[in-house]
Amino acid sequence: MSDTPLLKVRDLSKFYGKRIGCANVAFELWPGEVLAIVGESGSGKTTLLNCLSTRLMPTTGSVEYHMRDGGYRDLYHMSEAERRFLMRTDWGFVHQNPADGLRMTVSAGANVGERLMAIGNRHYGNIRNTASDWLERVEISTDRIDDQPRAFSGGMRQRLQIARNLVTGPRLVFMDEPTGGLDVSVQARLLDLVRGLVNDLGLSAIVVTHDLAVARLLSHRMMVMKDGYVIEQGLTDRVLDDPREPYTQLLVSSILQV
Amino acid sequence: MTQEVSQYSGLASYNFAYLDEQTKRMIRRAILKAIAIPGYQVPFASREMPMPYGWGTGGVQVTASIIGQEDVLKVIDQGADDTTNAVSIRAFFQKVANVAVTTHTRDATIIQTRHRIPEEKLQENQVLVYQVPIPEPLRFLEPRETETRKMHALEEYGLMHVKLYEDIAKNGRIATTYAYPVKVAGRYVMDPSPTPKFDNPKMHMSEALQLFGAGREKRIYAVPPFTEVVSLDFEDHPFEIQTFDKPCALCGAEQVYLDEVILDDKGGRMFVCSDTDHCEERREHGHVGHLGVAKEAAE
Repeated sequence: MSDTPLLKVRDLSKFYGKRIGCANVAFELWPGEVLAIVGESGSGKTTLLNCLSTRLMPTTGSVEYHMRDGGYRDLYHMSEAERRFLMRTDWGFVHQNPADGLRMTVSAGANVGERLMAIGNRHYGNIRNTASDWLERVEISTDRIDDQPRAFSGGMRQRLQIARNLVTGPRLVFMDEPTGGLDVSVQARLLDLVRGLVNDLGLSAIVVTHDLAVARLLSHRMMVMKDGYVIEQGLTDRVLDDPREPYTQLLVSSILQV
Repeated sequence: MTQEVSQYSGLASYNFAYLDEQTKRMIRRAILKAIAIPGYQVPFASREMPMPYGWGTGGVQVTASIIGQEDVLKVIDQGADDTTNAVSIRAFFQKVANVAVTTHTRDATIIQTRHRIPEEKLQENQVLVYQVPIPEPLRFLEPRETETRKMHALEEYGLMHVKLYEDIAKNGRIATTYAYPVKVAGRYVMDPSPTPKFDNPKMHMSEALQLFGAGREKRIYAVPPFTEVVSLDFEDHPFEIQTFDKPCALCGAEQVYLDEVILDDKGGRMFVCSDTDHCEERREHGHVGHLGVAKEAAE
């Protein structure tokens, strides 16, 4: 791991009028690290994720990102063009519902190739080869390259969405409940895949989930949120095995045992 | 301005070229802005015209705003001067502007067109006015107007190539044959209206001013004279125009855009120039295709 954090978050708050979305969030994310944000629904996880990924403007606070050129830039002081460029090259965003992150009416190959074309790749053969390469990596058979995601199962769509995001070699990936809505065996396979990709590519990731098992498998570190505040953070195994806050203890003890 | 129409017909009077002067001013402003930013779609307050949307209300408004009493108007529809749309728009301007009309490309100062650019090279003193149904080239891939505007503003045109990619993936080649997207002056991606891609190279460095009016969508855009217009493509699938196996059946012209005409119900067909003026002129000069009749013999 390098000795400079990839993301520095300070005093991040988002208010919806008088209501709190998330408040006073501060943390640093290091290269190669996977951070899980857990909490019940309504605890501000997704608000926080949207603020971090600049999909939403926070009310106060700053997020600094370590650019490829070595300097830090405050995300909210970048121009929209720069931000959007960052989002489609150096970042990925995996939505809970694949239909939000995919173009459902164009083929799988074009879905994966879109980012390449967006950054100026103009060679059809190369784009197609890269796309089929990535389909293979996410365990989608390459003869499905010309099928539309509409013809794919939920698990395949989610894997396609991951391939589409990773094709430009991003350094940071945001995931919003990546396994939500999938059945357990498909979940397990997806988690395995994501864990492998994160390790191979040295990605940093911020994963929002309400599923503690997902956090346990994927993340190195986790933050527990309640009512918009981060109430506990630490190494994943420490938080899950030795929860300190009463709410975290409740959360951990609520996992269904089979 | 002109009271001639009412004097002749006893009807309530129209202003010259139908639109009132304030409307023309508004449209001219939009046109000037469009010329200043080649390929950029300028919103304008499109008016109701005495014809349905889809029949060229955008083109008619642009023509009405730029036409003067000295102008000579030519109107073509799919290249032809004698199809319904062309005939009725020509008659419209004869009635409301009392201007000279022609079918000869060379004689016209304003040419309003639907779906074609004349075969004959246009000159500096000519203006080509296109009727545009859907001005937004990104529309079929991105339905949100807010998003497409942002994409234009930030020059994010990757999506346009996604469309071409899909074409090649499905058909093995770029199968888009009309409304083929172009990049204007190295900046804006533009829909050249549903002209066949055969005509795209004619837009490049054209001497004539090209104006595009979309009435229903309320947009005007323009390509000023001598502006670079490049058709989008892939390095390994370069842009190509349509080619035809045979010359025009009536005038024998090659390297022109041909229409297929069905002759009977036994599979008989012929391919003839889509530009009727071009075809007629060639025949007057004695060119005869394999189904054509020499001019003197016909008379």
